[in-house]
Amino acid sequence: MIRNYFVVVLLAASSLAAQTPASANAENGKRQFVKLGCYTCHGYQGQGGSAGAKLAPHPIADTALSAYVRHPAGSMPPFTKKVVSDQDLKDIHAFLASVPAPPPAKDIPLLNQ
Amino acid sequence: MAKSKTTPLARRGFLKGAAAGAAAGAASLVAPPAAKAQEAATRPNTLPPSAAQRTAENVVSAAAEIQIVERPGADYMVDVFKSLGFEYLFATPGSSFRGIHESVINHGGNSNPEFITFTHEECSAAAANGYAKIEGKPALVCAHGTVGIQHAAMAIYNAYCDQAPLFIIAGNISDAAERRGRVEWLHSAQDVAATVRDYTKWDDNPASLTHFGESSVRAYQIAMTAPMMPVLLSADGVLQEGEAPKEFDWRIPKLPRISQPSGDSAAVAELAQMLVAAENPVIVTSRSARTPAGLKLLVELAELTGCGVIDQQRRMNFPTRHPLNQTQRSRGAIASADLIVGLEVYDFFGVVHALGGQVNVVPRSLIKPGTKLVSISSSDLFYKSNYQNFQRYEDVDLSIAADAEATLPALIEAVKRLLTDDRKQAIQTRAAKLAQASHQSLEQTRTAASYAWDASPVSTARLSAELWNQIKNEDWSLVSDPFWVSNWPLRLWDFTKHYQFIGGAGGEGVGYLAPAALGAAIANKKHGRLSVSIQSDGDLMMANGVLWTAAHHRVPLLTVMHNNRAYHQEIMQLQRVANQHNRGVDIDKCKIGTEIANPNIDYTMLAKSMGVQAEGPISDPKDLSAALRRGIQVVKGGDPYLIDVITQPR
Repeated sequence: MIRNYFVVVLLAASSLAAQTPASANAENGKRQFVKLGCYTCHGYQGQGGSAGAKLAPHPIADTALSAYVRHPAGSMPPFTKKVVSDQDLKDIHAFLASVPAPPPAKDIPLLNQ
Repeated sequence: MAKSKTTPLARRGFLKGAAAGAAAGAASLVAPPAAKAQEAATRPNTLPPSAAQRTAENVVSAAAEIQIVERPGADYMVDVFKSLGFEYLFATPGSSFRGIHESVINHGGNSNPEFITFTHEECSAAAANGYAKIEGKPALVCAHGTVGIQHAAMAIYNAYCDQAPLFIIAGNISDAAERRGRVEWLHSAQDVAATVRDYTKWDDNPASLTHFGESSVRAYQIAMTAPMMPVLLSADGVLQEGEAPKEFDWRIPKLPRISQPSGDSAAVAELAQMLVAAENPVIVTSRSARTPAGLKLLVELAELTGCGVIDQQRRMNFPTRHPLNQTQRSRGAIASADLIVGLEVYDFFGVVHALGGQVNVVPRSLIKPGTKLVSISSSDLFYKSNYQNFQRYEDVDLSIAADAEATLPALIEAVKRLLTDDRKQAIQTRAAKLAQASHQSLEQTRTAASYAWDASPVSTARLSAELWNQIKNEDWSLVSDPFWVSNWPLRLWDFTKHYQFIGGAGGEGVGYLAPAALGAAIANKKHGRLSVSIQSDGDLMMANGVLWTAAHHRVPLLTVMHNNRAYHQEIMQLQRVANQHNRGVDIDKCKIGTEIANPNIDYTMLAKSMGVQAEGPISDPKDLSAALRRGIQVVKGGDPYLIDVITQPR
């Protein structure tokens, strides 16, 4: 089971890496995700919860993410270009795309009780 | 004790007699009594005592009469409390109710009620809120009528909004002539109930023991009639400590069996027709299950009508894994409904609207045109003006002002009479679809819980799943509000029994959670239940003296910290406002005024300092299960235990 889990994670990571534009910097994205306070509603790994939607793993396309951040719905406040640059948004997307997928819930015994 | 030497007196008479006796005794040895009385009357009481006064205080006259109170009024008060079935008295001690305190111990044997010591009146009142929701009846709360009630005020407001019965005694000294100096003046008021009258259901200021007895029973009846709420009685110090009048018959008024207000029969019949005819009826409940019977009745109604149920979970109203439970897909259920029946829903507007808008509130309807709305709520039987807990007005089609739980039996019978074979078939088909939707929701929830599974700080989903794994085979009770941890326990655990959940703070006043959890755990103790609480750090810092109460009174309660080192809700609020102002906020600035860090609080040391066994902080989720096992072992042995867990924010 452990071996299978790593295979899944590696496949997911390589798949996501292929989606990440070469110009995007996931490390900076991770820093910005904290600095801008994205984690406060969405969690440090973008997992989501009662205060914010799940962003990772498998984030929506970077263009869709940027569009939503600029013009959000619901209770999320807008992040204008004055608050976060386009490049930082791309980097945040790269960070979210780098978050490894967990094992399927059906393979986590604590989630099947 | 020679009878001839003792004379029962009222407190006022006792004080006058004592002063006169002392003066008379001193007079025979030192000076004419008239001169001594004159001197005592004219000397400012801030000056040191005169030689004559010192002599008067220290010389015991053989002629001085020993004056005692043989039948203190407080004994009667305690007998009234016993007749009402109070198990506990929750209080921080205070001199304005010392008469009751002494009678509880010496007359009542510190049993029914037993004095439970709290370190703050906000804790004692909030504990009574938690106790009431488990036990279904009030605990007795005593406090100074002035400073104590001021401390307790927020907790009383929470209980008022939460429709929980509290029975509060406020000590006072009404007669200015009976106040012994500065402090008793500071701790007296014309009207002690005024501080909390806006959020109590009833109060009174008894002037005699007969009055006290009748008002106590009346207050209990009012508190226990839906909508249940806090009541307050002033207990006069002279009445407590003085002699009961010789002619007083010590009669305790009879508490009747209390029947709850049920809905008008014509309205109930109309609702039954609507339920049977509807294609997609949905029931929304908030506090409809006052008792275990309320939960069973709602299950019966839902199964009979094939209704989806959305539980807003201010009580344990409906089993979380019942196939008709649609709570996890409430938006979808509301959008497709053609009939929505609210049972003790305190914010119907919020059920059928989304409150969008970046700056100003812009409500958006969530229901389709023509959807009928029906409300059964005891809140419609009792309103007060000042505090706005009644929420925004919603255009319902039929409002039945009644207790929902009391109305359900008649509604169920009315529905049964209307069901035809065709409708039963349609209901069965609908129920099967809802069961499938409910199952899918649970699978989606489990997938959502898997994200950040191994994260550090610990994800709140992981914390909840680890705790559930350890308690699921016990007779457990979650005595905290899991809203702060994204409601994961309510989404992942299998709640089936009424006592397994008590909802949260009615008025959302922080400082409720820790004491309410303790009060609920006190109620659970005699049933042998394992009480567990997921405790927010900011809330605990409002009321951490309850840790000492838990240790002192040996209350078995497992406290698992949800320690995000912040008043995190306010971080999110601050960030939202900063973005609305188009200037954003660096997270380090966002922590100004909101973080509970630098230094980090060591909750393990805090708990241990008050006698509670504890461990942590834990930030690696792999360390959780062993810690939980250790904690549960201690709690099952009868003691409290705290585990500090560093968590994700929500």
